[in-house]
Order: sequence, then structure tokens, then C-alpha cells
Amino acid sequence: MTQTTPTRRTFLMAGTATAGAMLTTGASGLLMPARAQTLAPTPTMRGGANNYRPGAPIVERIGGGGFWMTGTVRRAGDGAPLEGIRIQIWAHTTEGHERDAHSHGATLTAADGTFRLEMPQIVPAFGQAHGHLAYDSDIDSSPFQTVFLRPVMRSPDDKTLNADFVLQPA
Amino acid sequence: MPAPRAILIWAALATAIALPLIVAASSPLLEWRDPVYIVAGLAGVTGMVLILLQPLLAGGYMPGLRMQRGRSLHRWVGALLLVSVIVHVAGLWLTSPPDVIDALLLVSPTPFSIWGVISMWAIFATALLALLRSRRSLGPRAWRLGHSALALIIVVGTVLHALLIQGTMGQVSKIILSVLVVAATLKAFADLRAWALLRRRKG
Repeated sequence: MTQTTPTRRTFLMAGTATAGAMLTTGASGLLMPARAQTLAPTPTMRGGANNYRPGAPIVERIGGGGFWMTGTVRRAGDGAPLEGIRIQIWAHTTEGHERDAHSHGATLTAADGTFRLEMPQIVPAFGQAHGHLAYDSDIDSSPFQTVFLRPVMRSPDDKTLNADFVLQPA
Repeated sequence: MPAPRAILIWAALATAIALPLIVAASSPLLEWRDPVYIVAGLAGVTGMVLILLQPLLAGGYMPGLRMQRGRSLHRWVGALLLVSVIVHVAGLWLTSPPDVIDALLLVSPTPFSIWGVISMWAIFATALLALLRSRRSLGPRAWRLGHSALALIIVVGTVLHALLIQGTMGQVSKIILSVLVVAATLKAFADLRAWALLRRRKG
């Protein structure tokens, strides 16, 4: 799995996931001890879907590149890596605004559930250096619920940003 | 007041106004922004600079602009502040409509937007109060208390809004401007004592 830089959001999400897992195991653990390692689905983040463009094409690279968006896609519950899942990525970069079509691109996950897409350097916009990622069940037509993420960079000088999806079967 | 001292005070104010604007206008981030977005950002910085002027004019602290002339200019600067906020929000809306809609609906993921929106509504409310006051629909007591309370909200909201943003304002000039805005506001509040109106009625 790709390393995740600890931010307040990942910390909170980890806390939420742990709490969720504890709740689930607390409730079902008595009945089904074998399912103790339940992985909670990633919730959509506030503002995650802003300036999303449904159906942005799968690309080798967005623009000139130089910055890497990385992450993993796994299935909620057992945490199995999901292959061939379409993830759209967009941001305000050195080459364009979020709303610009050329700032968007999609990629597919590998057999181990990882994805990485090269894109132009993300620069702070609307007060934060942040990226956007989407798993859209309408576009991907795989049986999981749609999730939009909006990870924030720890520093605007970072050359990479990571976001992990745990998808809930629809 | 002797002329050299007056010149010094005005020069200090001119620097306090010009510095954050010059720093913001030469931010490296501007290279990657459309003109509309650049204007929107600078309108925000302009608004914050105008907020520094307001307590200085209301308190009659600027040489050559004692009470009446200072108050008259205070009204014009207030109108300019209203315009700059409208340009700020409208420009951001054109740049990224969903982000501004989130901010206005108070569901934005960024903590600073809520402070900006609070300030915006407080500025709009002040404009409405000023309009009612000029038509004599509002008494002097209600006007002073309302205006003072809203001014505090505007200052606190704007300073928090600016400090939390990773944007075109320089970190140092932003902190200096914030300290000046808060200090000038506290000084004017201490001198004008609008809250004495509350005490008088009780007593």
C-alpha cells in the first residue's frame, strides 16, 4: 500500500474508521467473530464533487506532469484490492483552473488496487492547496457507491498527494 | 498638531495600506490565475485594508480629518467596502461557482469561508442600517449600538478569514495588517464607548 501522510483529516478519518469498526465489531462480533476486521467505507468529503466533469477521459498523464496523485481502492468489509476501477482526478494546477476540461483526467487501478496519475503541480486555490478525486458508479458501472474526495496538501511545495478509497458495495 | 508629526502619521497609514496590496499583487500564485480570480482576490485584500481605515476615521485619529470630515469620509469608505465585498464574492463565484455556493450555504470544507460569509452579512447588515438611519427610520441609539456590534463582527470575521487562508497575501504583511486592524478597532471602541448606551438605560 502507498504510504499515507498523516494529516488532521486522515487522523480523523482513521479515528472514524476505527470507531466505526469498533461499533460494527461490537454489534456483530458476538454473532460473527470471524468478521472482526471490518474495513469501513470512505465517506464523500465536503466539496469533493466541486467542478467534477462526468466522463473525463482516461489519460496517460494530465498536461505536462511533474506531480503525482496516488492512492488505493479497496472493498469495504474485507479490504480486498479492487482492479480496473476508474478514478477521475482534477485540481487547480500550474496549467489551469479546476473547471477547465484540460485539468481533468481519469485512470484505472492496477491488480493490487493502486493507482497513480501524473499531473501538473497543484497550487493553492480557494485558500488551500488541494486535489479532487472521484469514483463515480454512473461512469464506472461497477457495483459500488459513488465517492468524492478532496484531500488537502500538507505543504503547497509537496510533489505528491495521496488519497485512499474504501468502496461500499451498492 | 505640528506638520512633521501629521506627515509621519499619514506616511505610516499609507505604508500600512500599500504594503499588503503590493505584496498580494506580486504573489507568485497570480501567474496561475485568470484575471477574474486575481481581481476577486485583490478586492478581498482591498476590503481588509478599508476596514483598517474605518476605526481611524470614526475615531478622528487622522490629522486633518477630525470628527466631521473623518465621519464623512468614513461613510464613503464604508460604501467602497460594500463594493469590494461584492466584487470579491462575485469574482470567486465566476471562478468556481460550487465552492462559493458551499461557502454561502455554510457547508464549505474550508474553515475560513464561514468567517468570510459572516463578515459579508455583517457588512450588508451595516449598509442596511446606514440606509435606515439616513432616512431617519432608525434612532441614534439603535444605530450606534447596531453599527458597533456589527463592526466588531466584521473585524473579527475578516481577520480570521484572512489569517486562515493560504492565498496571495504575504504571511508577514497579513499578520501585521491583522494586528493593526484589531488595535485600531479596540482603540476606537475604547474611545467612543458605544456600550455606555447600554449601561445608561439600565441605570
